[in-house]
This record gives sequence, structure tokens and C-alpha cells, in this order.
Amino acid sequence: MAKKKNDGYLSAKESRRISRENRKITNAYEKARKRKNVPESEYLTTMHDPNNAVEFDNLHSYFFTDTGVVRAVDGVSFNVPIGKTVGVVGESGCGKSVTSLSLMQLLQRPQGQTVEGEIRLNIGGDKAYDVTKAPNSVMQKLRGNYVSMIFQEPMTALNPVFRIGEQIEEVLKLHDDDHRTEEQFKARTIELLEMVGIANSEGVYRMYPHELSGGMRQRVVIAMALACNPRIIIADEPTTALDVTIQAQILDLLRQLKNKTNSSIMFITHDLGVIAEMADYVVVMYAGRVVEKGTAEDIFYHPAHPYTIGLMNSKPVVGKKVDELYSIPGKVPNPINMPKYCYFRDRCEMCVEQCSGEYPKEIQISDTHFVSCYRFDGKEAK
Amino acid sequence: MHKYIIKRLLYSALIFFFVMLVIYIILRCLPTSYLENVARQMSQRPGSKTYQEWLAQLEAQYGMDRGYLAGYFGWLGNFITGNHGDSWFYTVPVIEKFHDTVWLSFWMGLIVMFFEIIIAIPLGILAATKQYSVTDYTVSIVALAGISLPTFFFASLLKLVFSVKLGWFDLFGLVGRNYERLSAMGQFLDKAHHLVLPIVTLVVLSIGGLMRYTRTNMLEVMSADYIRTARAKGLDEHTVIYKHAFRNTLIPLVTILGGSLPGLFSGALITETLYAIPGIGYTSYNAMVGGDIPFSMFYLAFIAILTLLGNLIADLLYAVVDPRVRLS
Repeated sequence: MAKKKNDGYLSAKESRRISRENRKITNAYEKARKRKNVPESEYLTTMHDPNNAVEFDNLHSYFFTDTGVVRAVDGVSFNVPIGKTVGVVGESGCGKSVTSLSLMQLLQRPQGQTVEGEIRLNIGGDKAYDVTKAPNSVMQKLRGNYVSMIFQEPMTALNPVFRIGEQIEEVLKLHDDDHRTEEQFKARTIELLEMVGIANSEGVYRMYPHELSGGMRQRVVIAMALACNPRIIIADEPTTALDVTIQAQILDLLRQLKNKTNSSIMFITHDLGVIAEMADYVVVMYAGRVVEKGTAEDIFYHPAHPYTIGLMNSKPVVGKKVDELYSIPGKVPNPINMPKYCYFRDRCEMCVEQCSGEYPKEIQISDTHFVSCYRFDGKEAK
Repeated sequence: MHKYIIKRLLYSALIFFFVMLVIYIILRCLPTSYLENVARQMSQRPGSKTYQEWLAQLEAQYGMDRGYLAGYFGWLGNFITGNHGDSWFYTVPVIEKFHDTVWLSFWMGLIVMFFEIIIAIPLGILAATKQYSVTDYTVSIVALAGISLPTFFFASLLKLVFSVKLGWFDLFGLVGRNYERLSAMGQFLDKAHHLVLPIVTLVVLSIGGLMRYTRTNMLEVMSADYIRTARAKGLDEHTVIYKHAFRNTLIPLVTILGGSLPGLFSGALITETLYAIPGIGYTSYNAMVGGDIPFSMFYLAFIAILTLLGNLIADLLYAVVDPRVRLS
């Protein structure tokens, strides 16, 4: 059996057994989430630090696939302080997006489930909700209103059959506490469109998504995300699909808007240049875990984890001539069959003896700087 | 837009010309010939002319002595000028016979389509939103069974159970034995009663395809990015499915349903024949078996026009439901 798993082959019987077990597990989660009239006490919690907008605490989000359980996010903890931008970096498939989707509770259901840990969302007035335990009905009130998301694919993130105005107004109407009139909704929508730098706002209001370019669509998506002045905006690679000049404009825009509304931004990207420009804090993820986190300065000037160092080395530097750009050797371990030891060990150039032991604990090496690596064992900052 | 429609209509006319040419040649080549049958009967009368003489006379009389091409252009000219002639088999004007039978088929088709839509589309959506659940599997299996059953088999099965064993319905026909003695309302109910089994047959056999089509399209739409965007706005699942997803699923659905609208007039040949319902399908079947060229040609030309029109309607509807293909 063990041999079969290694070469990725599953017999039909094995596959059926797995999917049956998965079904049992996911059904239980789905049932819990669909309950009605859940008492607030079940998901009410308190922030460990009231200055944080969101606290991820030991988050585990798994995908129960027919070939086995994928531990996409496996024990992630970090905080997003109010009014700050936190950059989450890491290569494709390291769990960046899954972490943010867990916060929205928008994982691909029923396969994707948050199985352990807490995500504490500060909703103001000393109250906080643990979104992993919140039922759907509560999440629907939080989404778009307290937490909103800018998706990475502006070309497909807008519904092709509805007009731009209608799509933005929809979120305004949904979370409308002031009982505004139709005209007020329209005025607010046009104001939003102007805020994100769309000149012909009246015209765009009546347009369909296909009539706009990628950059314009991304602005619309941003306008939609900002519509209800959310406390936290998740920007999931908002500039990946855009060309560099538009990218710079969009980043400028996000920065301005953040200062205007004092929201927190969770900025997900694999572009270190963008992170350096945007983020106050940086979280480096690898294979579903946080390997290093700290302020932008910590990460860029004093990278500690070998993976972060590798990342820094693999970006091109202006004015430095190299024959070949550095790349980290090897590849990410199979997410279904994660090793017991440090996930980066097999690719690491700085291995020490303990590396074959269990996964390294998080070590604090300065006030703000944390790293999970045996090289810093015993060097904790006091 | 007008330009587009005119262009499409011209193309359609061209296609119609060639389609009918092929059909005309095939009909002339049919092994059953009405004229030969008549000539044979006439020649067997005492003191009559020979078979050959009768046949030559009949062919000249009915205009069948010309070659295929000349005959076709003759027919085409008559068709365009609205001179559809008399049916050989039914010995009444083609238009009259057509008019007498087509409406029955039309109403039957309309009722079938109505039930098909209200059953298949909700089932398809249900199956898609609960993918891989017991509901999904049950709906899919039933739908697949519906598609796979041949009409004649399923119709026979229904007849066996509901006509022979239970005796609820008559085996054949549109009207019962004492139809003539019933009041107007009673006559209507009698017809309706006789149409139950044919309609059930057609509905059961047709929902499978539409349901699977709805399910597939719905699944595709449900995995789209904009559905995630809709959820991220905080919309409840009902709005996400029935507003954002369904509006997009509607694009292919309206297209195929709109395209099948003209098909309502074409009748259901096999089902009507099995239940001996005198609709256009059954009538044209008998005409074809009897070698009735004028009626068959008219019916097939009618179907060809409907099909071409259906395609045009489908394309135009596409532009109505999908803003991305609005024609300017």
C-alpha cells in the first residue's frame, strides 16, 4: 500500500474508500455550517491584541480529495494589525490563497474545510468573531461588509451578464444599514468608480464587463471590494494579470485608498518587488506553513530562513550582472504526503543535524521577527 | 442587425434550395411509387389498357415524366408561388390536410415543451448544486434512463401497464368510441384523455437531454470566478445560484430552446405513429409510405424552413441573453 502511494497510483478500491471517508468528514463540517439560529456565544471570541484586525491562530485548512487529504494550510499563525498592510509571499501552491479564502470561508466546498485553529476577526466594539466557527448566515453578513476580497483574475471576476453599476450596487444594497434610496445607491456607486480612478464613471456605470480593459475591470473589482468600507481587504495577487504600468497605478491606488479608509490590507503575491513597495509586515509561507514573519525590514534586510534567503537571491537585481538567475534547487514536497521533518530540508543548503528531527518550532529572533528554522535554535531573543 | 438578418436569410435560402433538391431526388427514387400502384390497379380492370400505357399516361398527367432536375424546378416554382397541389394519398389539397393535422401536433408539442422545461431545468440545477450527492445520482440515472429508452419500447411499456393491465387509457387513437355523442366539453376531455400517454412518452424521453445539458452548464458556471466574487459580496446561496449562476446558464439554454421552437410544428413522427394520433407526424408518415410526393415534399420543405428559422432564432436569442454578442 505504502509503495502504491509513493508513485501516485491508487486502485479503484482504495480511491473509493478514501472518498467515502472524505464524504463522512466533510458532511459533518457542512452540516455544522448550515445550522440555523446558532447562538452567538459559539463563535464569539476576543482578540488577543485589540490592535489587530485579524488574528490567524494555528489555522489548518485541508482539502479532502479523492487521492487523499491535502494539507494546504497546516498550522498558520500571524496577525494583521489595524491600518497596516501585511504581505503574504510564497511560491504557487504554498497556501497563500487558501489562507485568505479561509478568512472569507470561501474554500471550494465541500472538499475544502477549515479543520482546526481560529481566525479571529475584529468587528469592533471589543467584539470578535471566530470565522471558522461562524455559520453561513453570519459569514454572509461579514463578507463584503467587514472583509472583502480583490481577486487575481479581473477578466473573469465580474459576472459577464450584469452591468457594472448593477454589480457594485448589489453589494451596497446587501449591506445597507442606512436605508438609502435608489439615487443614493447610484451616487455612491459613481463616487466609488471615480475613487478608483475611472474617468468616465457615468458611462462605465452602464457598461458590461466585456466593454472594459483588464486594468479597468480590476478597478471595478477594487471599487466593489471597497464599497462598504471593509475593515480588512484581501488583495489576492491583484496585479498579476496586469501589465507593469497598470500594475503601478493599481498599487498606488490601493495605497491611497488604504490611507483614506484606514483599512488593513492582506496582500498576497509572489512578487517580492510589490511586497517591498506595499507591505508593513511580511509573512513568508512555504508548503502550507509560515516559515518566517516580521516587518518588511526584517525580511528584506535580515532574511533568516534559508527559503527566504533563497527567494531574495532569486530575484533579479538592477545593476548586477549574472549569467543565470539563482533558483532554489529541488521542488516542493507532495502535499498529500508531507514529510515529518522540516519541509524545506531536502532543498536546503544550510542544513544542520537537527533538521532530520521533527518540524522546527517558531523561534523569535527579535521583537518582530519570527522564524521556523533549527539554525536559530537557542538564539531566541529574550 | 438588419443587415445580419438579411444575410442569414439569403444563406438560408441557398441551403433550402440544395436540401430540397436532395430530398426531391430521394423521394423520386423511393421504392414505393403511388403512380405505379394506381397503374397496376387500373390495368387489372377488365378491358383496360396495359400497365405500361397506364403508367405513361399517369406520369404525364402528374408531371412525373420529366427528369429529376426539370421536375425539381417545376416543384420549386409551384412551391414559391404557393401552388402546393393536391395530396395523392389523401386526395385533398396539401394545405388543407396540413392545416387539419398540424395544430394537434403543435399543441401536443407545446405541452410537452412546457413540462420538459419545468421538470428538466429545476432538476438540472438541483443536480448541479448538489453535485455527487444522492440527489445528483438519482436525477442523473433517471435522466439517463429516459434518454436511453427507445420510444417504441417505452410507449409499449406504458401501453402494457396503463392500457392493458390497468385499463385507464385506450391503446390507440385520438378519440374514443362514443366521441360523436359527447358534448363539446366532453369531446375536448376525451381528446385530452387520449393524449395523456403520448405526452407522457414524449416528456419522459425528452427531459433527460435538457436536464443533463442544464446540469453541465450549471456546473461550469458554478465554478466560474464571478460566482466566487458573488459569494465574496456576502450574497446568500439562493441569490448566487438563481441570479448570478442561472442568468449565465440561461445563455446556452435559451439558445437551444429557442432553436427548438419551430420544431413544435414538425410533430413527433414515431410517437404519433405508435399511438395512431392523427398529427402531422403520423399523417406525413402515411403519406411517405404511400409514395405521396406532393404531401411529403411540402412537409419536408416545411421542416427544412423551420430548422433554418430555428437556427436563426437561436443565434438572435443568443444576442438577447448574452450582452457580449450583441450585434451592432
